[in-house]
Amino acid sequence: MCLAIPGKIIEINGSGEFRIGKVRFGGIMRQVQLNFVPEARIGDYVMVHVGFAISVVDAEDAQHTYQILESMGLLEAELPPPETL
Amino acid sequence: MKYIDEYRDREIAQRLLVKIARQAQHPWVLMEICGGQTHTIMRYGLDELLPCGIELVHGPGCPVCVTPLEMIDKAVTLATRPDVILVSYGDMLRVPGSKSDLLSVKAQGGDIRVVYSPMQAVQIAQANPQRDVVFFAIGFETTAPPNAMAVWQASRLGLTNFSVLVSHVIVPPAIRLLLSQPGNRVQGFIAPGHVCTVMGAGEYKELVCEFHVPIVIGGFEPVDLLQAVLMLIEQLEDGRAELENQYSRSVLPEGNVPARSIIHEVFEVCDRKWRGIGPIPQSGYRLRREFATFDAEQRFGLDEPGVEEPAECISALVLQGKKKPPDCTAFGVRCTPQTPLGAPMVSSEGACAAYYQYRRHALPR
Repeated sequence: MCLAIPGKIIEINGSGEFRIGKVRFGGIMRQVQLNFVPEARIGDYVMVHVGFAISVVDAEDAQHTYQILESMGLLEAELPPPETL
Repeated sequence: MKYIDEYRDREIAQRLLVKIARQAQHPWVLMEICGGQTHTIMRYGLDELLPCGIELVHGPGCPVCVTPLEMIDKAVTLATRPDVILVSYGDMLRVPGSKSDLLSVKAQGGDIRVVYSPMQAVQIAQANPQRDVVFFAIGFETTAPPNAMAVWQASRLGLTNFSVLVSHVIVPPAIRLLLSQPGNRVQGFIAPGHVCTVMGAGEYKELVCEFHVPIVIGGFEPVDLLQAVLMLIEQLEDGRAELENQYSRSVLPEGNVPARSIIHEVFEVCDRKWRGIGPIPQSGYRLRREFATFDAEQRFGLDEPGVEEPAECISALVLQGKKKPPDCTAFGVRCTPQTPLGAPMVSSEGACAAYYQYRRHALPR
């Protein structure tokens, strides 16, 4: 129920409480309410829940976290797993 | 898709699992709050990949599952009225009330429309000025801003044929209840990432301080959840209890300020009954007095008597993480997604439905 899917803003129309936009999810385009993300710009990724963007994905944060994940445990992964608990 | 595929990366998941196995020196019981997280865990079998002492129990974070029977009965009563169009999220249609469910009412000719967004309910009201349009407004804090915005816009548009049947619940009081109960086994929580996207981290910080329990705000993809588990285990092994944010690409400490402000403009906090759990003080939202004309319960004078759950259904214990779905004698036999006894078997995010979908063939019967 609290599912939210990331999509890329392609177009923005209207303003304030009536701000809406077109957002692309993979190959699918949908109209999305943008009234909760006044800071969102064309090209940003937003998390969309029941037709409303609820956050702008922090691209820098996502990249930083992902780099940590990617480089994590490169050595440990080479070792045999420890004894089970 | 960007921000999805990379968080389903097998190699990163395997590295996280190795790290979890190295960190975990003791057995720990962790709870994921949100039904969406439960669904991911079951779909990818994450619980079976964890070291055997690390147990994941599934929380009450499925709004469809905790909507009380009386509220389903009210929706059924409304949907049977010829002057009403009942608009609902699709998940609610098969949830059994005490006598019937919305899908059966629809099959008998009730005008029930399934929507993806509450704004569609407003559009249906605009297109049908001669009919009363009632939107079944359920959900946690994630869904409260969109539902509140639908009411706000209906008010600005001057719609007189639109109302909402509100059954909103909020997460922190339920966690507080679980932690206060004697016999609580949960030692760390994965907090719901999208609820926190709206509400921010403050309420969870309070829970950490009050109960000295580690909480990690987590996302919804397999890598997100494994990272959240790792962060919890690191805290538990170190003897720390802190609030950490794994899902920082979406969750800001203050949450989404415009979304929070529309909640508080339209709704106020109230006591709510949770299906399977019972009444929890200050655990829901209702419409503020200024929006009372949009309250379907008042408009139609709805008052359903309290009703009992089917005796065989153990969903109360499942929703509190005390039992697993296969512990139920009815699971997969008298209770299936097609003929559910209780709500956790209905919604795809309910723990029973998730076990049925992904595990039933592996379970001894």
